[in-house]
Amino acid sequence: MTHEHAEADTPDPTATPPAQLLEVTAGYPGVTALEGVTLGLHPGRITALLGANGSGKSTLFSTLLGLVTPRSGTVEIFGRSPHRARRDNLVSFVPQHEAIDMTFPVSVEQVVTMGRYPHMGLTRRPRAADRKAVEDALAATGLDTYRRRGIGELSGGQRKRAFTARALAQDAPLMLLDEPFAGVDRTSERLLTDVLHRLRETGTSILVSTHHLDGVKDLADDVVLLHRRVLASGSPDEVLTEHNMARAFGAVIAEAG
Amino acid sequence: MDYLIQPLEYAFMQNALAVAVITATVCGMLSAWLVLMGWSLMGEAVAHSVLPGVVLAFILGIPFGVGALVFGLLAVALIGGLGQTTALKRDTAIGVVFTSLFALGLVLISTVTTSTHLQHILFGNVLGTSRADLYQVAALAALTATVLLIKRRDFTLVAFDRTYALSIGLPVGALTWTLLVLLALTTVTALQTLGVILVVAALVIPGATGFLLARSFGPMLGLSAGVGAVAAVVGVYTSYYWDISTGGAIVLAASSQFLLAYLFSPRRGLLARGVRRLKRRRA
Ligand SMILES: Nc1ncnc2c1ncn2[C@@H]1O[C@H](COP(=O)(O)OP(=O)(O)O)[C@@H](O)[C@H]1O
Ligand SMILES: [Mg+2]
Repeated sequence: MTHEHAEADTPDPTATPPAQLLEVTAGYPGVTALEGVTLGLHPGRITALLGANGSGKSTLFSTLLGLVTPRSGTVEIFGRSPHRARRDNLVSFVPQHEAIDMTFPVSVEQVVTMGRYPHMGLTRRPRAADRKAVEDALAATGLDTYRRRGIGELSGGQRKRAFTARALAQDAPLMLLDEPFAGVDRTSERLLTDVLHRLRETGTSILVSTHHLDGVKDLADDVVLLHRRVLASGSPDEVLTEHNMARAFGAVIAEAG
Repeated sequence: MDYLIQPLEYAFMQNALAVAVITATVCGMLSAWLVLMGWSLMGEAVAHSVLPGVVLAFILGIPFGVGALVFGLLAVALIGGLGQTTALKRDTAIGVVFTSLFALGLVLISTVTTSTHLQHILFGNVLGTSRADLYQVAALAALTATVLLIKRRDFTLVAFDRTYALSIGLPVGALTWTLLVLLALTTVTALQTLGVILVVAALVIPGATGFLLARSFGPMLGLSAGVGAVAAVVGVYTSYYWDISTGGAIVLAASSQFLLAYLFSPRRGLLARGVRRLKRRRA
């Protein structure tokens, strides 16, 4: 996958942090989902955002995308406001999607093509470069043979791959993935991990949330442990200590015995 | 062939056929998105809410389309506002708003106009279409169809995956409002043909039929428009020969196509599903 952010105002991915939160507090009416969160991503690396259900992972993504406005604190993507960053196609997003309409009449190939909209003109008619990017993304996620399938006719893992392919086709320097491994079989999990590793080689920065502990060491260069606040951040070995896990997943681990 | 040509010797039949086909085609296009957005009730709400606007326009002597548009948009704004300021579910907000506005329309009507007018607004008066009406409808329809076609891929993405649409910086709010304004405009153009009560049929049945038949959105859009156009032609001619309500005949022609799709659609039809079930049992 090549990066063709040809516009003159493309940021130098090594100079500014791909994503930075400073003392961010955010939430919903009556709920504080994030409190005083400070965190910066390192360019060209995979950061795992680890936290139990309800720990604020999805809210953190929404804040990075400017879909939730922080009550206080600042958010920057490559040194710009989330709003600008979205408009400049600096960030691609794979939503968690618990409630997508499975009966929607749209094929896998059409879903992936949606990822090219930021590169297209007024009517979003695909050009050769767009078709090539869609081909590459379908191939990378092993979905070539499923391209004509309806999005509702895929398994859970295949569907996650399709939405990842859409983000790949977008070809942005920062990719955010919200729980891409949830409800996914082994094959799809391995395949997605490989996709992200290959994407890292192109210099793309990646933030991926998960509540599965297994595989984090394999997947990520850095780990951020979230539970409304940042409990710990650093290399997997530093963060994935028993003590930290108990603080983040206390109840869950106690239950699992 | 004579059967098709003979009625067109009358100018009023030419106008009626043209205005019905144009209206039903554009309604059909729009219905494809309404069905996917889960907005079928929204069509109903806007259609009924325009009534007081039409009556007020009549009182003030301004084009009735203007009054209808204002009240159609007012309904949309009130429904959105109620949803945001209370914990009421959307269908409840819709139910409160449109019945209230419709009732206001009925009360206004009873104070000013004759029952003939009421009949025309409620049930349409396609055979009374003048050339001027026709041009007005054609212009509005052309505008609506153009916007829908140019922005069709954006509308479809918003309907399919709002969060992702936001994440790539699409103006989701503006696109949503555009669709609602087009809904109000289209409702206004369809009043002449179908009237307040039956407009919602043209805004839902073609889309529902297309949905049963198509695997992807492009074909669904084409089919929805086609169902609308065919219903208009069949409806206008049957109403001429059998001397039955034109609006009613158009809607029934659309319903018949829906029924056919429901029974015989290769993918989601009753017959196909039955055959698949039999095969599975044999295997
Ligand atoms: N749209 C919303 N409205 C109100 N509260 C929400 C909403 N989304 C999430 N929350 C609440 O915010 C907190 C964090 O949720 P979320 O960010 O979804 O966590 P995670 O993704 O880690 O499971 C939870 O307490 C959740 O109930
Ligand atoms: Mg979540």
